[in-house]
Amino acid sequence: MAFRGFRILRAVPKLDYFRFHKLCFAFSIFLCAASIVSLATRGLNFGVDFAGGILIEARKTTPVDLADVRSKVNGLNLGDVSLQEFGRPTDILIRVQSQGDENAEMAAVQKIRDTLGTEYSYERVEVVGPRVGKELIQGGIMAVVFALGGIMAYMAFRFSWRAGLSGVVAILHDCLTTVGLFSITGMQFDLNTVAAVVTIAGFSINDTVVIDDRIRENTRLYKSMDFRELINLSVNQTMARTVMTNGLVFLATFALMTFGGPLLFGLALALLWGVIAGTYSTIYVAAPLEWYLAARGRAHVKAGEAEGEPSRP
Amino acid sequence: MLYFPKWKVIAILTVVFLGIVYALPSITPQKMLDSLPSWVPQRSVTLGLDLQGGLHLLMHVEVDAVVKERLDAIVEGVRSELRKANILYRNLGTRGQAVSVNINRPEDVQRARDVVAKIETGTNVLVEGDRLTIAFTEQTLRDIRVSVVSQSAEIVRLRIDETGTKDPTIQRQGEDRILLQLPGVNDPERVKKLLNTTAKMSFHLLCDQQSEGPSAPAGCFNAASGEAQRDGRNLPTTYTLRRRVEVAGDRLVDAQPSYDQRTGEPVVSFRFDRQGATQFGNTTVANVNKPFAIVLDNKVISAPVIREPIMGGNGQISGNFTTKEAQDLSLLLRAGALPAPVTFLEERTVGPDLGADSIEAGTIACVIGYLLIVVLMIAAYGVFGIVANIALLLNLAFTLSIMAAFGATLTLPGIAGMVLGLAMAVDANVLIYERMREESDRGRSVFPAVDAAFQRAFGTILDSNLTTLIAAVLLYIFGSGPVRGFAVTLAIGIACSMFTAVMVTKLMCVAWLTWFKPKTLPV
Repeated sequence: MAFRGFRILRAVPKLDYFRFHKLCFAFSIFLCAASIVSLATRGLNFGVDFAGGILIEARKTTPVDLADVRSKVNGLNLGDVSLQEFGRPTDILIRVQSQGDENAEMAAVQKIRDTLGTEYSYERVEVVGPRVGKELIQGGIMAVVFALGGIMAYMAFRFSWRAGLSGVVAILHDCLTTVGLFSITGMQFDLNTVAAVVTIAGFSINDTVVIDDRIRENTRLYKSMDFRELINLSVNQTMARTVMTNGLVFLATFALMTFGGPLLFGLALALLWGVIAGTYSTIYVAAPLEWYLAARGRAHVKAGEAEGEPSRP
Repeated sequence: MLYFPKWKVIAILTVVFLGIVYALPSITPQKMLDSLPSWVPQRSVTLGLDLQGGLHLLMHVEVDAVVKERLDAIVEGVRSELRKANILYRNLGTRGQAVSVNINRPEDVQRARDVVAKIETGTNVLVEGDRLTIAFTEQTLRDIRVSVVSQSAEIVRLRIDETGTKDPTIQRQGEDRILLQLPGVNDPERVKKLLNTTAKMSFHLLCDQQSEGPSAPAGCFNAASGEAQRDGRNLPTTYTLRRRVEVAGDRLVDAQPSYDQRTGEPVVSFRFDRQGATQFGNTTVANVNKPFAIVLDNKVISAPVIREPIMGGNGQISGNFTTKEAQDLSLLLRAGALPAPVTFLEERTVGPDLGADSIEAGTIACVIGYLLIVVLMIAAYGVFGIVANIALLLNLAFTLSIMAAFGATLTLPGIAGMVLGLAMAVDANVLIYERMREESDRGRSVFPAVDAAFQRAFGTILDSNLTTLIAAVLLYIFGSGPVRGFAVTLAIGIACSMFTAVMVTKLMCVAWLTWFKPKTLPV
């Protein structure tokens, strides 16, 4: 016979998630505002995918002399050039600003290759013309906007318009703060980051739907319970699942970040942040917001009916 | 209900079996795969260039250049037709996407209109006072665009095929773009050079008078020398050539690299079709001991003197080539000219090492992540944790086999989508098991608790999966490249989890419960 699994939570918790909801709202608004301010003033460190330009990852058999490469590449007059060691001392990452048009871009790559010579092997070369960069930004934004619209419509249809709106606000909160994180830290924002942001949105909405589903179920069971308490009960009842699932995803993403190599690092870091933000926003943004939208809860009806286990069909 | 009819059990087991078998090629090394029986499918998941290494090139076909060329032809037509009809005109030329001309005598305008309208089909002639404007109709422009882009794609395919690259992908994208993906190719400069050449070849005679300055005598034009000046021979830098094309390059039927029999230097031998051979023969007969020029993309690659008439239609070009240059030139001549020049909008090259590094690191990370989940699921849910882990592995296998069956490509963002899909599959199992605990805490006995848990959790799982599925589908429709790669794996992962995390899990749980008939739940 098998052993029994252990329970992370021994009983259903009886926490009140509204106790600090004003503080949390303030905190979330602060985070969003900080993200917006940073986006407006510092902007994003767009990778070549969006800004256009050149990215070269080159490898040599011996350690790279950065100063030497710098002087060589600067001699080509290609404008803004950034150089950094990438992963190991024999690898170098060269980033060159957009050259204005496609043909100049392609010519610049050729010049760099000629200058660096044959002792380097090119692990990765990305050249994106300004036309494509602009289209990729527009395409990415369009896709995200439509996806959010679709989510809102489905949740409004399945639950209520309040649930749909608060769910989407929570997603926007997560996406905005993630993008803000990239802006504040100056980490590079490229197409893979967009994939990460979308993943975060997906994770966040999954969390919100699970709790909304329980709220809907409880609404039918406890017809007269105060909405605020109903939300508390629903969050508490699903707490064990939240801890388990989100904990597992957190650990798995952490493994991805630690062992996944430099290419996956950015993606994994964004996902890790997304797990934290998604869990927080579901409980402290979406749920209280839904309560606010429901005109601060419905009137109390007969006390006592809310307690105890009602019979089920 | 917890009862599974026999047909349902068999159906589920069959699907599980198929899912595993179709995933085999993607997860087993090639060597092991070869030793498997032949009924095992061989199709494995295609890896994107970011994982596999290779060259990705997005090209823009300059269709406007072709339109411009055709407008120039109309200008010439208008010139000669109006002259033939004795109509006086002024200001003939192209303006934007149209040709316009002013007719001097008002009584000629209507007649001029009729003459001009016959020059080229698919054009509209607009009359404003004494001005005629000739433009292509929308339909014609669209036809030109479509035919130029598809012809270009065809020529690109021919040229790439000639280089012997394996599994190239050549796709038309949007209105005037071609996407080229070459797995394993690590030398973008050669490919770009091959594609950047229009390879329009023609044979011209030289003018008697070679002009010194930029202007050329009537009926002649100046062309730069493209001949490689390697051995210090003193060659002119420009040639003045007759405009008249003696033989056009599309008369070539074959071109091969070879070596000159006397000097041993690399040359390109070519052969004309019958009409080309006649034209070439006539030209050489009439111009013995005079130089003629072989022009490629407005550059003179060679200007030899005609020593004797060449009647058979065979000849050779000696342009001071290296062996490689001779090979590439003959390749270009064989494949034919691009109808329009192309520019490169985007280039991405990933070396094979980097791709391999990413896969290795990614695999290690995924294995560690999965082991963490396995251990914790067993710790939390006992036997049912093992059930969930099997279901999770099945989900991975199903996702891979569906991708392989539909020929979908796995990219780096695709892995992110897969991770999210797996996370949602884990979540489905967690939802079910936590619900079992709740139901059994409410005092239900084993079977009713399990039954209720599956029923109630299913609603939640369906809602959360459908929400994410809708998002994934919309991302696929409106997104581009990498976002699409993400959406595909996510959607497939979610769809599979409805089967593995719910149906298969339920079957395994029920089988265990009926076998052991435990008094309490293992969770």
